[in-house]
Order: sequence, then C-alpha cells, then structure tokens
Amino acid sequence: MTGRHPMPTLSPRERIQSFSEVATGYDEATAIAEAQRCLHCKNRPCVNGCPVNVDIPSFVSLAAEGNFNEAYRVIRETSSLPAVCGRVCPQERQCEMRCTRGVKGEPVAIGRLERFVADNCKESAGPVKAAPNGKRVAVVGSGPAGLACAGDLVKLGYEVVVFEALHVAGGVLVYGIPEFRLPKEIVRRETENLRSLGVKFELDCIVGKTMTADDLFREGFDAVFLGTGAGLPRFMGIPGENAKGVFSANEYLTRVNLMKAYEADSETPVYRGRHVAVVGGGNVAMDAARCAVRLGSETVTVVYRRSREELPARREEVEHAEEEGILFRFLTNPVEVLTESGTAVGLRCVEMTLEEPDASGRRRPVVKEGSEFDLDADVVIMALGTSPNPLVRTAAEGLRTGPHGEVFADETGRTNLPRVYAGGDSVTGSATVIMAMGAGKRAARSIDEDLRAERK
Amino acid sequence: MVRVISNRALNPTVYRMEIESPRIAERAEAGQFVILRADERSERIPLTVAECHRERGTFDVIYQVVGASTMSLAEKKEGDCLSDAVGPLGNPTDLAGMRNVIVVGGGVGCAIALPVACALSEKGARVTSVIGFRSRDLIILQEDFERCSARLFLVTDDGSAGEKGNVCLPLSSLLESGEKFDAVITIGPLVMMKFVAQTTKPYGIKTIASMNPIMLDGTGMCGCCRVTVGGVMKFACVDGPDFDAHLIDFDEAILRSRTYTAFEAEARERHCNLFRKEAKS
Ligand SMILES: Cc1cc2nc3c(=O)[nH]c(=O)nc-3n(C[C@H](O)[C@H](O)[C@H](O)COP(=O)(O)OP(=O)(O)OC[C@H]3O[C@@H](n4cnc5c(N)ncnc54)[C@H](O)[C@@H]3O)c2cc1C
Ligand code: SF4
Ligand code: FES
Repeated sequence: MTGRHPMPTLSPRERIQSFSEVATGYDEATAIAEAQRCLHCKNRPCVNGCPVNVDIPSFVSLAAEGNFNEAYRVIRETSSLPAVCGRVCPQERQCEMRCTRGVKGEPVAIGRLERFVADNCKESAGPVKAAPNGKRVAVVGSGPAGLACAGDLVKLGYEVVVFEALHVAGGVLVYGIPEFRLPKEIVRRETENLRSLGVKFELDCIVGKTMTADDLFREGFDAVFLGTGAGLPRFMGIPGENAKGVFSANEYLTRVNLMKAYEADSETPVYRGRHVAVVGGGNVAMDAARCAVRLGSETVTVVYRRSREELPARREEVEHAEEEGILFRFLTNPVEVLTESGTAVGLRCVEMTLEEPDASGRRRPVVKEGSEFDLDADVVIMALGTSPNPLVRTAAEGLRTGPHGEVFADETGRTNLPRVYAGGDSVTGSATVIMAMGAGKRAARSIDEDLRAERK
Repeated sequence: MVRVISNRALNPTVYRMEIESPRIAERAEAGQFVILRADERSERIPLTVAECHRERGTFDVIYQVVGASTMSLAEKKEGDCLSDAVGPLGNPTDLAGMRNVIVVGGGVGCAIALPVACALSEKGARVTSVIGFRSRDLIILQEDFERCSARLFLVTDDGSAGEKGNVCLPLSSLLESGEKFDAVITIGPLVMMKFVAQTTKPYGIKTIASMNPIMLDGTGMCGCCRVTVGGVMKFACVDGPDFDAHLIDFDEAILRSRTYTAFEAEARERHCNLFRKEAKS
C-alpha cells in the first residue's frame, strides 16, 4: 500500500519573500495516481464527513480515469466553490477523517484532488440556466454564503443582485484569507462566472445603511438573503489593548489582503513590526502570523492558551507556519500589553495548565500561579474570533437576532420575517467556508420553494 | 464609480467636492459620513457629509489634503470619477430636545460642524457657533456659519482675524454668562475637543464630540476605529461617531491617531515625486 502523495510546495525560503501561493498543486500524473488510491467503499464514509455531502467516490473515480471535466461536474452538483474549498476546507476533520484508507494508513487526499479537478477542468462547467421566471432576489453580502445562494438562484431563473458593503466581492475570501493560501484570481473567477450567468453585483452598498431590506422590497425584490458574515472582532479587555501597534486580525489582514499593503507602492499602510505576537490559534491567527513573516518581521510568535492538540487551525497551515519560522507559545495567555508612551513594546503573559476534561470533553485552561513572563512585541495582533456583523440588525425592521447579533434562522435559512432569509457566519458565528456555502444553497432552495408556492 | 460634479479649494489645503450618488444623497443626515476611494489603488478615506443636494442627487464633502490618498482626491476635476463612495455611515447626530446649543468647530472640523449647525437651526434651535482657525488664510465656511447661527464667534491662534486665542475663550465666557444651554457640540482636532470637554465639565452641560479616528471598512469589521468611552471599548464607525465628550479617553485617542503618521509623510513625499515626474514628462 502506498502512502498519499505529498503536496508540492514552494520552499520556506521562497515563500517568506512573497505572497505567492504556497501549495503549488498536483500535476496530472500525481492526481491520477492519488485518485487511484480510493477503495470505492460501499458505505461511503467520506461523503458523510462532508458538510455538503459531495459525491466523493464518484468524482475521485472520474479523476482516476483522467476525466476531470466530468469529475468537476459531479462536485458542482453539491458545491459552488470547488477551487476554494479544495484549498481551505479542514479536510482532516471532515471527509478525510472518515476515509477508510486512513484507518491503517493515510487517507485519500480528497481536498488536493478537489483542487486539482477544479483548477484543471477545461469547460466552464456552469450548469444550464433556466428561463427567467420574473422573480427578483437580493443577496446581501458576497462571501461564500451569498455567492452560493446567488449561483443557485440564477440557475433557477431568478434575477439576482448581490449587494456588498466593501469595494470588492468575495467576503472573507478576499479580505481575510491571504493570497498565498487562496489566490484572489480564483475568487475573481468565481464571481466572474456568476456575472456571466447574469448575477449583478452592487458594491459599496450597505444594507441597513445605504438602504434597508424594506427598501429592497419596495424596489421590487421578492426575497432578501442575508449572508453578512461574522466580521465584528473580539478583543480581550486587557490593559494596553488600545495602544499603538495593537490590531485586530481583521484590520491587519484587510490592510494586507484587500488593500494590498504588501505591494511596494501601496498607498495603504500597514504597521510592520520587528517582533510580532499573534494571540489565538485558529486559521485567522495562522494567516496573520504568516503575513507578518512575509512583511519582514524578525520574530513572529503565536500565543495560544491551550495546547497544540486543541489548535483549531487547519493542520496544513500550522505545519506551513512552523516551516516558515513562526514560533508557538502553547498554554500561554496574555494579561497585558506593555507600552511605552502609548506604543506597544511587549506582551505580558501567564502560563496555563489544562484541567481534566469536563462533561463536554473540553479541557479548561487555568492559570499557573507565579508564571508571569514578558515577550518582546511591537506589534500585537488579536485573533480571538468574531461576532456577526453589527449592521445586519438594522437591515430589516423586526428581524430577530440573538445576544451576539446573530440572525435567528432555521436550518432552511428562514428567519422570523417572511421573504427574509439568512445563512452562513451571520447565523452561526464564525465557522467555515463550506458551512457558509451549504447554508447559502439551502436558503436558495427555501426561497425557490416559497416563491413557487406563492405563484400557485 | 461615482462622478465628481465639482472640486474646488476653500483654502490652500482644504477642498470642497460635490459627488453624484442619489442613494447617499437621499439618506445622509447631519453627522453621518461616507468612505471614498479616489482610484483603484487608493486608501479608503472616511469623510463627513457636509451637505446633501437631494434634488440633484449629489452630496458635498470637505476635506484637508494630508496624505497620498487625499492628494489623489484633490487632483480630481469636474467630470472625473472616483473609484468608490459608500455610505451614509455612522449614526446621525442626535438633535432631540436641543433648543439652545453651542457648536464649536476647529479648523477643517468646521466642515463637519456646519451641517449640524444647519440642521439645528432648521429645526428652530438657537445656534451659537464658535469657530477657530490657526490664521486668517485658513478660514473656511465663515459665511455659511453666519447664515445658520444666531451668534458667531471667530477666533484665530495668531489673532490675524477675529479674537486672538482658542475656541475655549469665547466658550468660557458664554458659559460664565449664566445663559442656559442644552448642549455643546464640538468637532475638530482631538486636542481642541479635549479642552472643550474640560471647559464644559464644571458646568455639567451635555457635551458631544464627533470622533474621526482612523477607519478602514466603516462597518464594524476591523476595530481600528476603537475609542474608549466611559471605560468601554466602542467602534466609532458603528457606535458613533458622536460620543459623550466627558467620557471619551482623549489621550488614548490622540496616541492612536498617530499610528500611521510616519507612513503618511513618506507616502505624501512619494506621491509628490511621482506627480512631479508626471508633470515633467
Ligand atoms: C482570516 C480568515 C481565515 C479563514 N480561513 C478559513 C479556512 O481556511 N477554511 C475555512 O473553511 N474557513 C476559514 N475562515 C472562515 C470562513 O472564511 C468564513 O466562515 C466564511 O467566509 C463565512 O462566509 P459568509 O458568506 O457567511 O460571510 P463572509 O465571508 O464574512 O461574507 C460576508 C460579506 O458580507 C458583507 N456585509 C456585511 N454586512 C453587510 C451589509 N450590511 N450590507 C452589505 N454587505 C455586508 C461583508 O463585507 C462581507 O463581504 C477564515 C476566516 C478568516 C477571517
Ligand atoms: S472513504 Fe476514502 S477510500 Fe473510501 S470511498 Fe471515500 S475517499 Fe475512497
Ligand atoms: S472602521 Fe473598521 S470597525 Fe470601524
């Protein structure tokens, strides 16, 4: 039995000098060989591990035959963004975790194959569009949830307009996830594809400010989907947090990714520190740390209050971060940002230990007495998670939202208001691309059902 | 893309631009702002809406040239386009119950104070305006203030026009006079607003400051606009921009506002060089 084929990558030295994509992708022969490792299990455990149940064995066997166009079509039946998901899904906790091949050896590299198929299919595999049905849907937010919802509706014959607050479409895919992990060209291709199917994008429009959902109904829209994401950054509430040099990961990443602060002649500044400390352990923390390395910082340290095993980031990103020279301080929690005349100079931390697992199986970190120590840091980046975007609360009169501003919507995407639907991070809080995409698709189905029922 | 209707200098570094955007013009209220991007590569610049021309579907902003991006704005001519305009953002200034009000504006902050003063006077409130500038040639909007104010006090740092001194001078005598004011609204440099807040504090008069920290998205997504108000972290773009001036941590805000000072100077230099090169070739 052979192991799985490794992903070719740029060398760490090459990587940290540029924002080029780190994983360069399989070649055709490798992709076919990897696909041939699949055992075509009858019970299809991998499919159950996928949040949107992509028909993995079918697409993998088509890939094994070299029929990448058909393989792509199979993925597209359930996923709207294969080139994106192949790159950013936490496969090791989804499909690949359940893969039979993984029981004794290494699982089939499902994510890498998905990416290969998406990058190498020759046809623009947008399924045929139905005849226009005269109904109009407004999609608010152009992240994975909004894009998926828009894509499915336009194919069903709806007229779809996507309203986006920022000056570029793509949501977190453009402002959060860096170029070296997800080239912006891929996101642009996805949005172009939707445009060619007839989806209109209105950028620089904030629903709740520029107009409300009620205005949109007045303008003749029959339904509104809220895919506004979870962008509101959390802070720790420790002393010194508002000093110069302390940023939310969102600010740091937006300056770098959306505003391209890394390009030599960029007009948008980003603060480049010598010693950067990133607080948190998720994908966002890894992305911020890896951007800092590429911006020329001497040391970059990830400070995380639990241990390596609990790191929520994708495994591959943690490995890449370590290869790039990023230091990890596990079981460490900041208690104060040290400042000199209002500017960050260090991070005071305490060491933590993990208690025995509680009823839920989580091990709570507790402070170790007398363990205080200081780290040098002229830039501190807080990557502690985010809450739903605050402006969505004013988007529609009477919309029910929770204590953290999350929109109340059920599994089908229906909210408490007729004709108003929601899905993705705006409903769940920060989750994953695939979950948001799945929610967008489910909401599209509900919108179609409800508007059809009305027509009868 | 949005069209520039006009763009003219009010003083050597302050410009007034009229921009076409029916959506923004229809909704913007006093105290709200927009975010503009001059060109595809420019920064996102938050600017307060100075005036709306609803019938024409346009609005005005008044801005000071500080960095490369505001320089790009200043270079725009009538009929040119801006890459982006989004808004209106922030909450309108809460004018409820205000009948006798002092509006204190400093420098280019007067551009933000003016729509508030106008909105108040349209609502029938009695407006006393105190406006301050460094010197005579930097004065803007004096006539506009005259039009909407029952009384106007003009001060300059060097005494080249109006009374010599800062805005707190006339403010103190107004407060001393014993007249009852419902509120003081102040907009201008952070240091000025800090002193205005200190001046009004002993009188227990409700004082509102309009904060304009560094911003990026303007939708509550980045947190770079955070200010501490009464010990609590607030995001100026969604929770403000107006806050109770007696509760704002001005010293922290002043430090935070200098985050990119060095970068701005460098970018300005670079932009000027580029401009000179283009002018030569
Ligand atoms: C740095 C970073 C790295 C990540 N890495 C991964 C990863 O590797 N794998 C993974 O699966 N997930 C990852 N995630 C999480 C994933 O990106 C999100 O779960 C997903 O993007 C959520 O999609 P969404 O469509 O719900 O919202 P978003 O992608 O947040 O999109 C919402 C959009 O709506 C816009 N908007 C908000 N309010 C309004 C309004 N009122 N009017 C108009 N527009 C509005 C926003 O500007 C935004 O563009 C990462 C997140 C971040 C921040
Ligand atoms: S579980 Fe693994 S081996 Fe089995 S069908 Fe799925 S991908 Fe193939
Ligand atoms: S400007 Fe980004 S949160 Fe206010």
